[in-house]
Amino acid sequence: MSERAIRLKVNGREYQRTVEVRKTLADFLREDLELTGTHLGCEHGVCGACTIVMDGEAVRSCLLFAVQADGAELLTVEGLAEGEALHPIQEAFWEHHGLQCGFCTPGFLMTLYCFLRDRPRPSEAEIREALAGNLCRCTGYQNIVLAAKAAAEKLAATGR
Amino acid sequence: MKPPPFEYHAPPSLEEALTLLREHGDEAKALAGGQSLVPLLNFRLARPRHLIDLNRIPSLDYIREDDGALAVGAMTRQRAVERSPLVRERCPLLAEAMPLVGHFQIRNRGTVGGSLAHADPAAELPAVVTALRGTLVARRAGRQRVIPAERFFVAYLTTALEPDELLVEARFPAPPPRSGSAFLEVSRRHGDFALVGVAAVVTLDEGGVLTHAALALTGVGPTPVLAEEAARVLVGDRPTPQAFEAAARKVSEGLRPDADLHASAEYRRHVAGVLARRALARAVEQAGGGAR
Repeated sequence: MSERAIRLKVNGREYQRTVEVRKTLADFLREDLELTGTHLGCEHGVCGACTIVMDGEAVRSCLLFAVQADGAELLTVEGLAEGEALHPIQEAFWEHHGLQCGFCTPGFLMTLYCFLRDRPRPSEAEIREALAGNLCRCTGYQNIVLAAKAAAEKLAATGR
Repeated sequence: MKPPPFEYHAPPSLEEALTLLREHGDEAKALAGGQSLVPLLNFRLARPRHLIDLNRIPSLDYIREDDGALAVGAMTRQRAVERSPLVRERCPLLAEAMPLVGHFQIRNRGTVGGSLAHADPAAELPAVVTALRGTLVARRAGRQRVIPAERFFVAYLTTALEPDELLVEARFPAPPPRSGSAFLEVSRRHGDFALVGVAAVVTLDEGGVLTHAALALTGVGPTPVLAEEAARVLVGDRPTPQAFEAAARKVSEGLRPDADLHASAEYRRHVAGVLARRALARAVEQAGGGAR
């Protein structure tokens, strides 16, 4: 049997689909749910562009099969903003020019979403270490780090 | 880069997983955290006909004290070990090495058992369990056996596990009083596989003399390298910088690392010595044997 039925929640919405068992979660999100914000960079767990939040933890969706997400709750980059209102982390990236082509950005946002939740007042060194699993080919990381610091401040200020 | 087709199984219990392994033997691969296996599938370097997903088996996820050792279930997430106060208290070497394993996203899924069973030559956990003389518990349908770390890592990416066996637990012995440890590694970027990594464990007697020392290295051979000559040189001596230097020289001299894209053999030999010296100093300090 090469297909299975799965049920999962993504960005607060329930989905039921039938998937090929070898389909990665990243491909499932992009192709089956048309949530193309999650990007494929390396497909072997190194670049972090595919990072999403599964059951509260940041994970590489290219290294998970969709069938493994049966029963899980996922948050992808599409779930950060509330309507037109950007999430504070997104705002910080915008204000501090933390992206150029934007390809790595969803991965950074989801990584920071989890990291800042767990470590609300990080030092710069801690930020750099936490972001070490996300690669960017455009920016040289400087503005990403600035955006991360600003995001931490914004989140602290709003009490989130 | 997409995985090749396979039959997927998600057994809800260890027994069912073992039955599946017995049935499919070397045509099956166990899926633990997937952080090493799924890349191999995506590269199509591995083409198992059956994938046995262990992630629905709750009984393999635990950290507990058991008979003087820290027993960690094979499916325990690396992140849980990293955050565990019990690990920090009972096995500081494991606690120190864990944040160096990949990145936190990797550790959220990666498991202790998976890392050990995958046996990457530059992985941290194999060196940790080797330095501590830990044991690995393997089960197959109808049989369990306990494999000492020094016999577990056999060759490049190869352990002593049979095709129908699962690693179910890793056991890290509790160090005796007046022991200290340290884990140091050099990598190009934080989170990369170690170019060279050293796990050091020492024990001192009341007089501050070394009664035990163990140095296990990763990244310098197909399996973790236990620097036994270096350890022998240290035992019975006071933990002085000269003693560390002598041990570090023994470490370097005893290595035959491969050169690769990331580092030359000479570099690895040199760095191994430096890290050994530093790790010993830190381990001794932790043991309470700083400058006396």
